Amino acid sequence: MNRIKGNRAERKIDRRTFIKGAALGLAAAALPLNKSDASFWEAFFQKHFREMNDEEIKKVLQRLEKEAEQKYKKAVKIGNEKAMPGVLFGYGLDLSRCIGCRRCVYACVEENNQSKDPQIHWITVLRFKKGEKWVDLEESEKYYNPSLVPEKDYFYMPVQCQQCENPPCVRSCPTQATWKEPDGIVVIDYNWCIGCRYCMAACPYGARRFNWSAPNRKPEEINPKTHYLGNRPRYKGVVEKCTFCIQRTRNGRYPACVEACPVGARKFGNLLDPNSEIRYAIENKRVFRLKEDLNTSPKFYYFFAYGV
Amino acid sequence: MKDKKRRLSLIVALFFLLSLLFSFAESAEQDIPKKFFVPPPPFTPGIFPCSQCHQGMPVNRKPRKLEQMHQEIQLKHMPGGWCFDCHNPDNRDKLRLANGQLISFEESYYLCAQCHGVVFREWKAGLHGKRTGMWNGEKQYLLCVHCHWPHEPRFKPIQPLPPPMRPSDIK
Ligand code: HEC
Ligand code: HEC
Ligand code: HEC
Ligand code: HEC
Repeated sequence: MNRIKGNRAERKIDRRTFIKGAALGLAAAALPLNKSDASFWEAFFQKHFREMNDEEIKKVLQRLEKEAEQKYKKAVKIGNEKAMPGVLFGYGLDLSRCIGCRRCVYACVEENNQSKDPQIHWITVLRFKKGEKWVDLEESEKYYNPSLVPEKDYFYMPVQCQQCENPPCVRSCPTQATWKEPDGIVVIDYNWCIGCRYCMAACPYGARRFNWSAPNRKPEEINPKTHYLGNRPRYKGVVEKCTFCIQRTRNGRYPACVEACPVGARKFGNLLDPNSEIRYAIENKRVFRLKEDLNTSPKFYYFFAYGV
Repeated sequence: MKDKKRRLSLIVALFFLLSLLFSFAESAEQDIPKKFFVPPPPFTPGIFPCSQCHQGMPVNRKPRKLEQMHQEIQLKHMPGGWCFDCHNPDNRDKLRLANGQLISFEESYYLCAQCHGVVFREWKAGLHGKRTGMWNGEKQYLLCVHCHWPHEPRFKPIQPLPPPMRPSDIK
């Protein structure tokens, strides 16, 4: 325990000193001088999210809400709902039902304010030929486009952030801009992400996405109900990914993909609640997780409810 | 002596069977009054109440090809079945279970449960079908018939939404 603590402190200092150096020294020259307004410097010196007290967080949220309102000409609410005690989120996906229709993909884009152009999708649906060796994610097809689904002889497997208990992305982040919350959701602080993309290289599931340029959404397409660690507007040069719809699930609602699925293949709930549908799936179906041998211990369970 | 023993074990066995039966009846009873919160049944607009036409109309129990009305209904479910295995001849606004009990269209899952017990159990647990609302609170269940047209219940194929852009398509 101690060792880990020590490590973290060291790393924090690294970043602090980097920032201070940058502010004082040579990088200052590279900073646009016309951006000398207070909000810019406030953002620049923002503390790590987990070190801020409620008052400080409130101020940050107010600043970000103001920025978002200026940009999109509409009120955007940036929440900070905390993890509920006694809750560990888990997800189930019934591969015997999924028909590969991609309703989940686009429901996610709308709920979570992903960029339309350049296009960012947090969910990728992979198609596999039945009977073939298929756990090899790289051998799958994600551009399938028949007139109707499901197609005979194929099955489909949506992949998104697997919310690992033991997330390699978190370990790889040099600035601790990504971490695992008490309810199991792996989150990203877009104001701390420096865009190095180590986490993307570290993720065995290809679940993280990078904003190569400024994300683009029309103001009328912005979902104004957001969470600081979730679907709030992002920036150029930061990484993003599925958060189990943190802005919904921390308010008791189901993730958007669960509600959008026309066949009911997506299951969600509290792993610590024996009456949840996710527990029912784990206890009554043979569930498996992707790349189990890597010991990432995902909280995303796949299963075949019938057949196969 | 032997006879007595046999009789005794028979009685014990009978008793056991009876208690089993009772426990089944009990669990069935527990099931029936429970209502699930569901959205309105997916009727074709204007068709309900059925009594707007059927009240006073003579009941024709003969399995036949319908010609004046409901021509679109072709039964492709339960080989050998007919409308009145599910619909109630005397009051068309209700469905009818095999034991004669009438249920409303908001409870049509009890109709399906008669023959699809396992699926019904998993539906209640939230595994089959879909629940929306709160994962930690009140949930709304989709009726079986929201996904399965009861007269031809196989889930119909649908059009997929567009695939992601290929990296080569992104400027
Ligand atoms: C497996 C049981 C079952 C059988 C057999 C069955 N039905 Fe139905 N039917 C239902 C259920 C359940 C509904 C309610 C659907 C809903 O809630 O929208 C329904 C709905 C209907 C409707 C309303 C449809 C609409 O457009 O909204 C009509 C009309 C109908 N049935 C006629 C018939 C006729 C005629 C037959 C015989 C040829 C028949 N049904 C056989 C179960 C059955
Ligand atoms: C617009 C009037 C109308 C409405 C509304 C209507 N029906 Fe009918 N229905 C008819 C007619 C007419 C027939 C006889 C068709 C034939 O014999 O070709 C019929 C026949 C049937 C039959 C076949 C058995 C029989 O009695 O002939 C069933 C079952 C049935 N209807 C169920 C329903 C149900 C359930 C609803 C409501 C969901 C409904 N109908 C609503 C007009 C209607
Ligand atoms: C009287 C018994 C009975 C009732 C009541 C009944 N079913 Fe069925 N159902 C069957 C049988 C038998 C089959 C399998 C044979 C077949 O495919 O027709 C079946 C098959 C199905 C299938 C699979 C179809 C396929 O092609 O894969 C679905 C889905 C289904 N039923 C849904 C329902 C729904 C929804 C209801 C309630 C509205 C219902 N059933 C009520 C007997 C019943
Ligand atoms: C959210 C949509 C949805 C709801 C609600 C739903 N089902 Fe299904 N059901 C499916 C899909 C998708 C399949 C698999 C595709 C198929 O074979 O039709 C399926 C398959 C089935 C089958 C075929 C056997 C099997 O396991 O594949 C039966 C029987 C069935 N459902 C009955 C029911 C009954 C009874 C209810 C209500 C208690 C119900 N379903 C509610 C979507 C649904």
